[in-house]
Amino acid sequence: MTSNTLFLPRAASLPTWMTERSPVLAIVAILIVLWYLAAILMNAPLVRDAFERNETKYTASELIAGTLDAERPIVPAPHQVVMQLFDSVFDYPPDSPRSLVYHSWVTLSATLVGFAIGAVFGILLAVTIVHVRTLEKSLLPWVICSQMVPILAIAPIVIVVLGAIGIRGLLPKSIISAYLCFFPVTIGMVKGLSSPDPIQLDLMRTWSANKLQVFWKLRWPSSIPFLFTSLKVSATISLVGAIVGELPTGAQAGIGARLLTGSYYGQTVQIWAALFAAAIMAASLVALIGFVGRWTERRMGAPT
Amino acid sequence: MRPPENATGDDSAAAAPALTVDARDVSLTFHTRDGEVEALSNVTLQISDGDFVSFIGPSGCGKTTLLRIIADLQRPTSGTILINGVTPEQARLGRHYGYIFQAPALYPWRTIERNVALPLEIMGFDAQERRKRVERYLKLVNLSGFERKFPWQLSGGMQQRASIARALSFDPELLLMDEPFGALDEIVRDHLNEQLLRLWDQTGKTVVFVTHSIPEAVFLSSKIVVMSPRPGRIIDIIPCDFPRDRTLEIRETPEFIKIAQRVRSGLRSGHSYDE
Repeated sequence: MTSNTLFLPRAASLPTWMTERSPVLAIVAILIVLWYLAAILMNAPLVRDAFERNETKYTASELIAGTLDAERPIVPAPHQVVMQLFDSVFDYPPDSPRSLVYHSWVTLSATLVGFAIGAVFGILLAVTIVHVRTLEKSLLPWVICSQMVPILAIAPIVIVVLGAIGIRGLLPKSIISAYLCFFPVTIGMVKGLSSPDPIQLDLMRTWSANKLQVFWKLRWPSSIPFLFTSLKVSATISLVGAIVGELPTGAQAGIGARLLTGSYYGQTVQIWAALFAAAIMAASLVALIGFVGRWTERRMGAPT
Repeated sequence: MRPPENATGDDSAAAAPALTVDARDVSLTFHTRDGEVEALSNVTLQISDGDFVSFIGPSGCGKTTLLRIIADLQRPTSGTILINGVTPEQARLGRHYGYIFQAPALYPWRTIERNVALPLEIMGFDAQERRKRVERYLKLVNLSGFERKFPWQLSGGMQQRASIARALSFDPELLLMDEPFGALDEIVRDHLNEQLLRLWDQTGKTVVFVTHSIPEAVFLSSKIVVMSPRPGRIIDIIPCDFPRDRTLEIRETPEFIKIAQRVRSGLRSGHSYDE
């Protein structure tokens, strides 16, 4: 009720959704223009060579048209990527290996399982570290070290070792994904679970609350904003982990496979389309977590 | 749930009111990186059942430390202290006291009613009893109608009243208040002081109140403990016998001014101005 009276009058010319979004739209437009320019400049030598090989005469506009429609461009034009995305999503049934939906789902399922494992493990690790103070000094350095090892080196080892004991398919990829994405959750939750004010902890002590009560009624609710922030970071990382996990398997299925086969056959448009599919998935995951986070925090009384 | 009555048993206890706080030669030394800091030095103090005792002194005189020792939030290095005849730890575990901090420290994700109910949840009161008590104590601090509000929707004074309701909710007979109104403006403070006095009068609780305001101490207390820093010690204990149902008007009376002067001269004698 106080917030309403404090609202400043707004300059009322454009609808709010336009005034709020127009800077974003402007930047998107600028990026697209820059992308087209890059496509023209990068592909021009390629197209020129082709024309000269066939000894055909060409005009500047034909050259530009050629750069935006090359079959294996160095930089594909935005509309080529969008077309490829559309074709590979809608032209094939979703269970066909030529469908991007199929490959996206292969990667997404590994991502979601890996994200779940990583998040739960990250939270449990943080809870342990916060409650056993000596572990903060003894365990945390190892946690940090684990992230310094290049994942590209570890991924094949994990795949091979797990394959040797008969675990194949989704789980090895999920484990690589979890290995990467537990880290931000642990760091964020150690901070979040230690975030209660000393006074709030003192109050718990004056009421003789036990450790479990302090955790569920104080530490856990205090850590919720930290939880969602770190989950957003870890969701994107878990997707990267799943894609990396697909590379050493010989590229059977998944976004990683599309990237590999694309680079084998010089299908740059396919690579870019796969990259966009990955970006769209990551953005959707982050948006979903953001939405759940805002909903939770509103339920927990955060001022809106 | 209720702690045992102050059963000292011997005859002297029957005559004088029972002791809520009995501190003898309590000292506390902090070990810091810069060496040892003597926060409290040989504090001996008796607080009787039903007293309203104020600790007054400049910052660093150990008044908050003394309160925290009573609450078992800190352990003394030497000396003995009994709360209702038991150790501070036993008193804390028996939930003998409610503690009110300078900041309301309400849990921001809980509504006012659920904040007040929090200690009750922890102590295992059932839902019906919780509801009854929340209603009673919110009414006592004039916050009926704000049950469903979140702390940020209330003013600082209202938040502090909610924190008082929270401390009262499990009906401890001792209230420990650490500069509870220090962050509020004087008008709100006067108002809350009056409410606090009425509450003390009605409930017959023992209150230990830390402040650095002389008028606040004189207005509220039945006993003023003047403390001085480096090391923290008691330099004067001043009885302050205004009727329990006193009003703000007594601040203009000569008796009030006389006591205030005695507090001020006590503070002055304890303070070294060469720093």
